[in-house]
Amino acid sequence: MAAHRCSYSALLLIICSLSMFIVADSQETTLTGDNHATELDNPQTATETAGQMAEQPAVEERRLWEATEVEEATPDDADTDKQDTSTPETAVPSSVPQPKDDFQEELVIRPLHSGDIYASFQFRTLWETDFMRGNKVSHYRLFPKSLGQVISKFSVRELHISFTQGYWRTMQWGQPFLPSPPGAELWVWFQDSVTDVDGTWKELTNVLSGIFCASLNFIDSTNTVQPSASFKPLGIGNVTDHSFLRYATLPREIVCTENLTPWKKLLPCGSKAGLAVLLKSEKLFHSSFHSQAVHIRPVCQDWQCKTTSWELRQTLNVVFDLHTPGQGKREWSLFKMFSRTLTEACPLASSSKIYIDITDNPQGEQFEVSPATPLLSQAMVLGDRRTFSVYDLTQQITFGTVRSLNLLIRWKSSEGDMLRPLLHGERYVAGYGLQTGEIHTLMYNNHPYRSFPVLLLDSVPWYLRLYIHTLTVASKGKDNKPSYIHYQPSKDRVRPHLLEMLVQLPPNSVTEVTVQFERALLKWTEYTPDPNHGFYVGSSVISSLVPSIVAMDTNSTREQPLFSSFFPCKEESSYFVRVYTEPLLVNLPTPDFSMPYNVICLTCTVVAVGYGSLYNLLTRSFQIDEPSPGLAKRIANIIRKMRGVPPL
Amino acid sequence: MVGVPLWWRTTETYRAWLPVSQINELANMQLQLSADVEVVFARGTVTPEQQKKVPLTQTQDEEHTVDGDLIFKAWDHRFESPCGSLVVYVIPESSSLLPEDMDVYIGQRRTALLRIGAQMRVGRTVEQLLAHLEPRIKQVLQVMSFSHTDITAALSDRVRLSPGNKESIADSMRAFKSSPGYEITFSLLNPDPKSHRLHWDIEGAVQTYIQPLLTKLAPVANFSLDSQTLYYAMLGVNPRFDSSSSAYTLNSDSLAHVINPVEARLGSNAASSNPVLNFLLYVPDAHHSPLYIHDNKKQEVPSNAFHSPRWGGIMVYNVNGFYRPEAVLPVDININMAKVMGVFLAQLRLLLGVQSSTAPPGFLMAPCGSTGLADWELDRLMWSRSVENVATATTTITSLAQLLDQIGNIVINDNIAEQVSSAVTSLQLAVAELEAGNLGFALQYSKEAIMASERAFFDPSLLHLLYFPDDQKFAIYIPLFLPMCVPILLSLLKIVSEARQKRREKQAKKD
Repeated sequence: MAAHRCSYSALLLIICSLSMFIVADSQETTLTGDNHATELDNPQTATETAGQMAEQPAVEERRLWEATEVEEATPDDADTDKQDTSTPETAVPSSVPQPKDDFQEELVIRPLHSGDIYASFQFRTLWETDFMRGNKVSHYRLFPKSLGQVISKFSVRELHISFTQGYWRTMQWGQPFLPSPPGAELWVWFQDSVTDVDGTWKELTNVLSGIFCASLNFIDSTNTVQPSASFKPLGIGNVTDHSFLRYATLPREIVCTENLTPWKKLLPCGSKAGLAVLLKSEKLFHSSFHSQAVHIRPVCQDWQCKTTSWELRQTLNVVFDLHTPGQGKREWSLFKMFSRTLTEACPLASSSKIYIDITDNPQGEQFEVSPATPLLSQAMVLGDRRTFSVYDLTQQITFGTVRSLNLLIRWKSSEGDMLRPLLHGERYVAGYGLQTGEIHTLMYNNHPYRSFPVLLLDSVPWYLRLYIHTLTVASKGKDNKPSYIHYQPSKDRVRPHLLEMLVQLPPNSVTEVTVQFERALLKWTEYTPDPNHGFYVGSSVISSLVPSIVAMDTNSTREQPLFSSFFPCKEESSYFVRVYTEPLLVNLPTPDFSMPYNVICLTCTVVAVGYGSLYNLLTRSFQIDEPSPGLAKRIANIIRKMRGVPPL
Repeated sequence: MVGVPLWWRTTETYRAWLPVSQINELANMQLQLSADVEVVFARGTVTPEQQKKVPLTQTQDEEHTVDGDLIFKAWDHRFESPCGSLVVYVIPESSSLLPEDMDVYIGQRRTALLRIGAQMRVGRTVEQLLAHLEPRIKQVLQVMSFSHTDITAALSDRVRLSPGNKESIADSMRAFKSSPGYEITFSLLNPDPKSHRLHWDIEGAVQTYIQPLLTKLAPVANFSLDSQTLYYAMLGVNPRFDSSSSAYTLNSDSLAHVINPVEARLGSNAASSNPVLNFLLYVPDAHHSPLYIHDNKKQEVPSNAFHSPRWGGIMVYNVNGFYRPEAVLPVDININMAKVMGVFLAQLRLLLGVQSSTAPPGFLMAPCGSTGLADWELDRLMWSRSVENVATATTTITSLAQLLDQIGNIVINDNIAEQVSSAVTSLQLAVAELEAGNLGFALQYSKEAIMASERAFFDPSLLHLLYFPDDQKFAIYIPLFLPMCVPILLSLLKIVSEARQKRREKQAKKD
């Protein structure tokens, strides 16, 4: 190598002197010629090190796999200096750069009052990078490459996608940590550099449907809306121009293993280590409620928000029905629910914890948790101070002597009252016949003395033609005038109805919103393959700032459990809640689909009969016919013929 | 009578006009490639009387005589010759520019030095001199721009190859098909994050080693680069333990099964549909290291890497040296990117089809320099790419025309007709530019042709009425025509029977 460098420096020197010579005197050809000889000598030695990618000779047959015979093909020449400084192949713990990304995982288990178990997984990847700037080369470590490419290609500011099977029963189970409507939901904030938002949205849904193996490609302009107030960005950035927001739901989407597998693939540890080993699809989908989601948003790294980073939150919520698997004894364990136990944390995770909600069980009179843990933690969740037992999976002691953690909850009594959720909603279709109907939306404020405003968002497909003049909002029998209404009428086959309003809910009351509609007749190709099943109408969304019982934590960057830090808290006195109502199933007038063919046959027959008689009229020649002899005469003639007598 | 034109008008499919004759012409097209070659004679190679007689242009080559100095000016001022052309400098035999045993030196740019043979001095006339030079210039040309095998390899998918040149078939099968863009993905596979934590400075390495090459290749295609780290990524086969060398080995026949489980996790590029070149760096876990790849002859492959044609490359990087008994797990390991990128760069060249033709004896090649690619290598690639593009676009267009000709149900919209004619125009332009030797334009036009032809071929509107079976038409028309046939058939029967009766009567009369 040293010899090389010598020759190169010599070469440089020669080139310099050479150019000087040429400038000075072009007559000294002999001298320059000699110089060139030395220049050309160098390549001979240099070729040895140059990238000689000699392929193995004698390729007898079509071989798919071949060994590459490569000598060290370093681009020498210009890079000689670089090679000197390049880090030698050593294990240097001190010089290791601080990774710019961070991964956390956690599992919250909350025994519900109905006797069910609510398990909520959250995986968070934080990455200190800038997708906004158009840096071309992207290098991913913990953040999944496929999502990163989507964000940078489509200039996404925020992306929230959820797939849910089953309906969250707020009245029995309380509020979930992360609400989601049945079916698929997707809402995206684009950056303001996007010019063609609709085109980008269409492409994005197609790409996401490929990534998540879901029918998101059915999202088009007929089920996409631009809510004006209900869906504000959850990350940093004060965007108010809702033309960069798109929201769509597919209430019919069925969620199953094929959606779970790509979702698990986005985790850095996959399902090989950490909490994700529990995610076995045969158990997860044998449950009352299953919801998986991906949320991507930019967040602040510190309190002053000097540095920003991208947050990818993957959540999976599941409610197991206890009564069916274990009759008699009410018992719950990790193994029974997930058919796996935990043996290690994901080695890439900076924190890996299991929380068990023991708020309703301070003295252990309701249920008993084993193994016991000395670690307790308190967190403000949904306006309530909850107490959790914490199992830290990064500590070896958690796994005990058997090197495996199998949490067990044994119920002692099933008493205890659940605090009624302060806000929940219901929805149903009223009316009879197949022409008109009425949508009723009920919003319950269970707070004993505080009234609070809620934002109601309704997106109704165009084939239910809303009569907006029949819209009534009533609470406690009195008319309750909304302070803000944003209504965008539908266009047939182009866009749905969008109805958003801000309603003040009086304390301890039910507010009913009704609106009448007419069912439209579809074209025969627009019906689904099973039209008599009915047509789904997505859930209404009720978003609200609910007055809190305890002071909420407004510092979003402080270290706190993941489940309590999703919705940012702006003020201490209230917390943000989003409630989804049931989706509706509406019957539309359905024709008999064999009718067109019947009509074709019938009209054709009529035409043919008419044609036949016309044809006969035109082609027959009419002539007077001799009246034929009577029957008796013919018989008599036959007899006479047989007898050989001439006929009559 | 009124119904027939109405029925005709409403049931016909819309078919825009296509330049069928031009397409048919394309199908039987003869490609002609030409390259500009400038031959410069240094002082002392040509005698004055020869100098006078040198013709200015010849069929293939263009020749000038100039003073010797100019050569060196050209060398030093990095004389930029246009893409696709060549400059051959002929130097006297006594010149010390070249080492004794070498006759030809091929530079990094589009230049070559050619030593005039000793016996050449014997030939006195220009014709003799040129006749002597011609085969050698041809040889240089074959190395530096294109040869027959290159072109056949580029056309291998379109043209049936004569058996014999298997080497070039292997070459052409290895390289990716021509495409307007490529995605290059580097993946670091870490099967055991518990025992080692790997750090690779991929950003710096890409800037240093890969980017110069890609910048140089920019006229051929667009490249996008990214990298990822995959944890718990296992190989598909269990390496065998070789007790003699106390190492694990992967045999060449088991390599085929290595990639499949990994590929499921690599993820396709969500944001584009260009072909992806995968480069995997596999760092075996502590229990399976060191791991070596063995070739057919059970020999260790020195680079410890292999590549899969039209897919990418895999390199195994052993780190077992870092597991000291006292080491605390996980061990932090910095990967030597110079070593890794050397292998990947070589594989990248192979997969992109930069053919490293072995030089004939007596040839001396310049080192490839900081970009890893000489200008003439780029030209070679561009030649074969343009030919391949032209061939692909031609087949696409002709097969589309054939298909549309055969199946009458297909609707041809105006935009498809537009795409087809633009593809045909670009093709003709590309062919003309190839003939003229304007390589850059030829490649550009051939790319446009390929894009337009693919867009036309894969347009979804072609499929709308493609499957419209005859039994459905039958089912719709039969309720009308069957009852209508009844009176017609009856009257026909009647006519026949009447005619028969008449004939019988006539015969009776005759009798």
